[in-house]
Amino acid sequence: MTGGWRRQRALIDFAVANMARRRGRNLGLFLAYTLVVFLISGVVLYGDALRREARALLADAPELVVQRLTAGRHDLIPAGWTETLAGLRGVTAVQGRLWGYHYDPALGANLTLWVPLEDAPLPGQVQIGSALAREKGLGRDDVLSFRDAYGKPFPFAVAGTLERQSELANADLMLVNEKDFRAFFAFPQGMFTDLALSVRNPREVRKVAEKVLERLPAARVISREEMARTYEAAFNWRQGLLLSVLSVLLLAFALLAWDKASGLSAEERREIGILKAVGWETGDVLAMKLWEGGLLSLTAFLAGYILAWLHVFHADAPLFTAVLKGWSVLYPRFALVPEVNVAQLASLAFLTVLPYVAATLVPVWRAATLDPDGVMRE
Amino acid sequence: MIELLDVHKTFNPGRENEYQAIRGVSLAIEAGKVTALRGPSGSGKTTLLGLLGGLTRPTRGRVRLDGRDVSALSERFLTLLRRDTFGFVFQQFQLIRDLSVLDNVMLPAQPTGRSYAEIRRRALALLEDLGLAQRAATPSQWLSGGEAQRAAIARALINDPRVILADEPTSHLDSDLSQQILAILGRLREQGRTLILSSHDPLVFEVGLVERVVTVKDGVIVP
Ligand SMILES: Nc1ncnc2c1ncn2[C@@H]1O[C@H](COP(=O)(O)OP(=O)(O)OP(=O)(O)O)[C@@H](O)[C@H]1O
Ligand SMILES: [Mg+2]
Repeated sequence: MTGGWRRQRALIDFAVANMARRRGRNLGLFLAYTLVVFLISGVVLYGDALRREARALLADAPELVVQRLTAGRHDLIPAGWTETLAGLRGVTAVQGRLWGYHYDPALGANLTLWVPLEDAPLPGQVQIGSALAREKGLGRDDVLSFRDAYGKPFPFAVAGTLERQSELANADLMLVNEKDFRAFFAFPQGMFTDLALSVRNPREVRKVAEKVLERLPAARVISREEMARTYEAAFNWRQGLLLSVLSVLLLAFALLAWDKASGLSAEERREIGILKAVGWETGDVLAMKLWEGGLLSLTAFLAGYILAWLHVFHADAPLFTAVLKGWSVLYPRFALVPEVNVAQLASLAFLTVLPYVAATLVPVWRAATLDPDGVMRE
Repeated sequence: MIELLDVHKTFNPGRENEYQAIRGVSLAIEAGKVTALRGPSGSGKTTLLGLLGGLTRPTRGRVRLDGRDVSALSERFLTLLRRDTFGFVFQQFQLIRDLSVLDNVMLPAQPTGRSYAEIRRRALALLEDLGLAQRAATPSQWLSGGEAQRAAIARALINDPRVILADEPTSHLDSDLSQQILAILGRLREQGRTLILSSHDPLVFEVGLVERVVTVKDGVIVP
C-alpha cells in the first residue's frame, strides 16, 4: 500500500467512526435519502420502460395507416381503395387490415380481435395475450367462447399465448383467422377496418400521405411518427406529473439534508478545529468529510435505486401503475423488460449525490480554513 | 531552535474589538530544555504558545524554526511542519467525545500515511506507558480529569514530536494528580524532548522540572 492510499484508508476509518458516533442522525438521513432516490428513480425507470414498450410496439407498425371517415367517424374501408393506393408512387405495398373490439361482460373489458397479416391462426383457433390468459386462467387447447354478432356462442380453441416482449400491446389481444373474424362480427366481405401502407423511402412518408388525401379526401392518414408522438406525449405528461409531485418531496429532503448535514453545530466546528490543531490539513478534513458524505449518499443512492428497480421490474410497480398507465381497461401486468441504462443511472446519481455532498462540504470547508488556534481557548 | 523576533499578535485587527495580545516579544527557546511561561490570567501565555508552535500566525515579526522563517509558510506546509515537530497538550484537553481514547490518540497520525497497524501499536504503547491501557476503548468523555490529561499527552506524542507544548498542564488537577503529570513531563525531558509549558501554578515551578522561566505580563516579556 502506498502512503496516499493508507492516508485515504485512515480517513475512511475515521469517517466511519465519525458517522457511527451520530448513528441516529445518520440513519434518519440515510432512510430519507433512500426513499427519495427510490421514488424518483422508480418513476424514471418505469416511464422509460413504458416508452421502450411503446417503441417496440410501433416498430412493427406500418409507416402509414389509412382509415375511411364517414361523417367524421372511422368507417369500414372498401377493398377497392387498395388498388387506388397501390398505384401511388413510393408505395410498395397496401394491405387491408381487420381488427375490432369485443366487450367481454365477464371481464368488464374490451378485447381486441386482430387478424395478423402473416401467420394467422387456423380457423377455429385463437392466440391470446398473456393478461387475458392470466385473467381467464386459460392455457393451450382450452376453449374460449363468446357470443357473436347474432348472439350465438362462438368457440375459439386457444392455440397459444403471445410473447411477453411487449405486454403493453398484447395484453388484451386475440389473434384470429380472417374467416372467423368476418363470421364473428358479421363483417361484410370486401371490407376492411383500415389499410396499411408500406412506403419505400421513410422521407417520402409525408408526401405519400398528402397524395393519399388528394386521391381519397374522405380518408384519414396516420403515420407511425404521429403515433409515436402521441404515445410519447401521454407518457411524458404522466411522468411529468409524478416527477413534479416528487420534486416537492425532493425539495423537502434537500432542506432536511441542508439542515442536518450542512448546518455545523458548535460541537462539529470545535471538532474540526481539533483536527486542524493536531495536524490535519484542510484537505484532510475535506477528504474525510467527502468520504463521510460520499459513503452515506452513495450507499443510500444504490439502496434506493436497487429497491426502485426491484419494484418496477419484479413487483410490477404497484405504486405507480394507477398513475402512469390507465388507458387500458384490462391492465397489462408489467413484467417490463429490465434494463439498466448507464447514462440514466449516472444522471440520477449526479442529481442526488452531488448536491448532497456539495451541501455538506461547503460549511466544512469554511470551518476547516479557519485558523486552528481557537482550540487553544474555549 | 525556536525564535520569536519582535513578534506581535493583534486579534480582530481594524475592528472595534481589536486587541493587542502580544506586543513585541523576542524569545529564543533552547532545544532539550524545559521552558515555562508564567504570568497572570490574560497576560498572553496561551497566545505565545500558539505562536511558538505554529498554531497562530504573528501579525508582525518573525517566527524561526531551526533558523528557517516559518511565519510565511503556506497553510499546508505549516500544518505538515507542525504535525511532525510539535505535540500540543491543550488547556481544555480537547478530546473528541464519543470517540474512544485509542481513536483520539491515533488522530494526529491518521493523515500521515503510516500504516494503521503501526499507528495503533504506537498508540497502545503510549497508553500503556501512561497507565491508560485499560481505558483504550472507553469513550473519551468518561475519563476523569487526570486520565483525560494523560490521554491528551499520549495524543501529543503519537507523531513522536521533538517539542511538546503544554498549556496549563495542571490547572484542572489536584496536587497528587499534578505531581503525577509533572513526573510524566519529566520523563519526556529525559527522552530528549524540548518542553514548553505555560502555568501560573506554583507547584510547576517547585518540583525542579522547569529550567527556564519566562515571565509574561500584558503581552510583553518582563525580565
Ligand atoms: N481570538 C481572540 N480574539 C480576541 N481576543 C483574544 C482572542 N484570543 C485571546 N484574546 C485575548 O488575548 C489576551 C491573551 O489571551 P491568552 O489566552 O493568551 O492569555 P493567557 O495568559 O493564556 O490567560 P489564561 O491564564 O487565562 O489562560 C486575553 O485578554 C484574551 O482575551
Ligand atoms: Mg491560557
